[in-house]
Amino acid sequence: MSQSLTLRAGVVSLAIFGLFVGAWHLATMGSGPVAAMDPEYAKLMGATATQGKSTMPGPLDVAQKIWEHLKNPFYDRGPNDKGIGIQLAFSIARVLTGYLLAVIVAIPIGFLIGMSPIMNRALDPFIQILKPISPLAWMPLALYTIKDSSLSSIFVIFICSVWPMMINTAFGVSAVRKEWLNVAKTLEVGTLRRAFTIILPAAAPTILTGMRISIGIAWLVIVAAEMLVGGTGIGYFVWNEWNNLSITNVITAILVIGLVGMLLDQILARATRLVTFPE
Amino acid sequence: MTDKFISIEGITKRFPAPGGGHTTVFEDLWLSMACGEFTCIIGHSGCGKTTVLNILAGLDRTSSGAVIVDNQAIEGPSLDRAVIFQSHALLPWRSVLGNVAYAVSSKWRKYSRQDISAQAQKFIDLVGLTGSEHKRPAELSGGMKQRVGIARALSIEPKIMLMDEPFSALDALTRGTLQDEVRRICLETGQTAFMITHDVDEAIYLADRIVLMTNGPEAVMAEVVENPLPKDRNRNDIHKNPLYYGVRNHIIDFLVTRSKNFAAEMAGRTHDRRNVPIVRPGAPEPVVAAGTLSVVPQSRPNQEQSSLVQTGLEQTGLAQSCA
Repeated sequence: MSQSLTLRAGVVSLAIFGLFVGAWHLATMGSGPVAAMDPEYAKLMGATATQGKSTMPGPLDVAQKIWEHLKNPFYDRGPNDKGIGIQLAFSIARVLTGYLLAVIVAIPIGFLIGMSPIMNRALDPFIQILKPISPLAWMPLALYTIKDSSLSSIFVIFICSVWPMMINTAFGVSAVRKEWLNVAKTLEVGTLRRAFTIILPAAAPTILTGMRISIGIAWLVIVAAEMLVGGTGIGYFVWNEWNNLSITNVITAILVIGLVGMLLDQILARATRLVTFPE
Repeated sequence: MTDKFISIEGITKRFPAPGGGHTTVFEDLWLSMACGEFTCIIGHSGCGKTTVLNILAGLDRTSSGAVIVDNQAIEGPSLDRAVIFQSHALLPWRSVLGNVAYAVSSKWRKYSRQDISAQAQKFIDLVGLTGSEHKRPAELSGGMKQRVGIARALSIEPKIMLMDEPFSALDALTRGTLQDEVRRICLETGQTAFMITHDVDEAIYLADRIVLMTNGPEAVMAEVVENPLPKDRNRNDIHKNPLYYGVRNHIIDFLVTRSKNFAAEMAGRTHDRRNVPIVRPGAPEPVVAAGTLSVVPQSRPNQEQSSLVQTGLEQTGLAQSCA
């Protein structure tokens, strides 16, 4: 039953995909050759004017472009012409660096907030004010202090990933079942051992949920950050191709951004399942 | 061996009431338990039974008074006092062996890995879970989970085992089996035990002494019922013992009416809280009335302490010493 459900859902997905691509193809087919014009004049005009070609690329154009990128993802022909693989690698490296720094900072502070009611109250106003700030608002300050565009975008990733992780860690730690803590108390387990053997495993699913939210936000923010700072990365690639007016490349990049985001999310979803134990 | 292995001395618990003042849950409770004795406490919800147990466990503090265990006042939780929780409280990310080993390694920090699993295995075997060591709690039935809870509590060889309605979440059949197990283990090891229950039959089957508490707030220990049934009582024919219904009716009468009206009952008389009356319900007199046999319990107060049967415990190798 469940297998046939998967199968039927797959069929429906394929049908929707087919419909979408079909509609896209029809909408971008163009109107065919238009009124005859002087060949000299036609040379000056683009394909849109002479052949009635649509200004939007069709699915076949995009597929062809993707194939081109897949054949040679890592070429490097100067600062403004790098393969999509290289651009992605830059973005992923920035996201992971900023994200790991955020993990190192957010989880211990989250533990502190979750375990100590005083620290919870004391740090709450800071978190409440810092959390809703758009990460890109930090960019000028980061550029001014760090004086390096790449490091600044790493900082922006750090600052946007830190809050969901910190808040979820604090929540997970403070919501550990009282009876498990009582088990530790009656066994005279010390604070450090209790943190690692009771609180950490009990809060792990909540902490990882926070990490999953963070990686999603980080991947959203890196595109915008790289559009601002330029140089390298998939965000810069999108903006550069927009300046080149290569809509095909822009659509390709959009697809790739979606795929990588899904992959990052799935990795953390799997990790969450590994540390979740039913009772 | 001492009659005052555990001594509750005038403990009181008050909570700040909303709108100022205090709510007294219970006041000036005195009780002593002998080594190797099984004590049950019975009373309606809200009389503070769980608070008494938590104070014994060191998880809660008294507002005044003290609890002495083995000549030492308790100041917080201790590995000498193991708790079996109502909801088993197993760690779901650890296996059966892991849960018991966690307790063992907490007690004996210097033990090697082999020593820890050997000690844990001994108690897993004792509760009849051999073969399920590597299962996680989620794979166990409710009764098996509680067995792990019992193994975990016993594995640290506590001076006293504290049980907060350990079987109330289980079905009747499983509950019966686990009561048998707990009774067997307590008799074999001479374990001192203190248990909260709502089940009168459970109390009569397991306990040497049954403490009756009046309704809260301001609950008091009304009396201590000494179980007159023989130490070698058996679940299957316990109800055939001529003394059984005497005890049972006495406790049920208390729960139904006297727990509410105890203050009125004591009006004009003094209730000595330090020496709560010890009652040993005797054999009921059979009364034949209109063809039906009914029994009238005959209570006679008895100030003598029961003498405990300790024979045969030393040979098992698991016997507790209360020195």
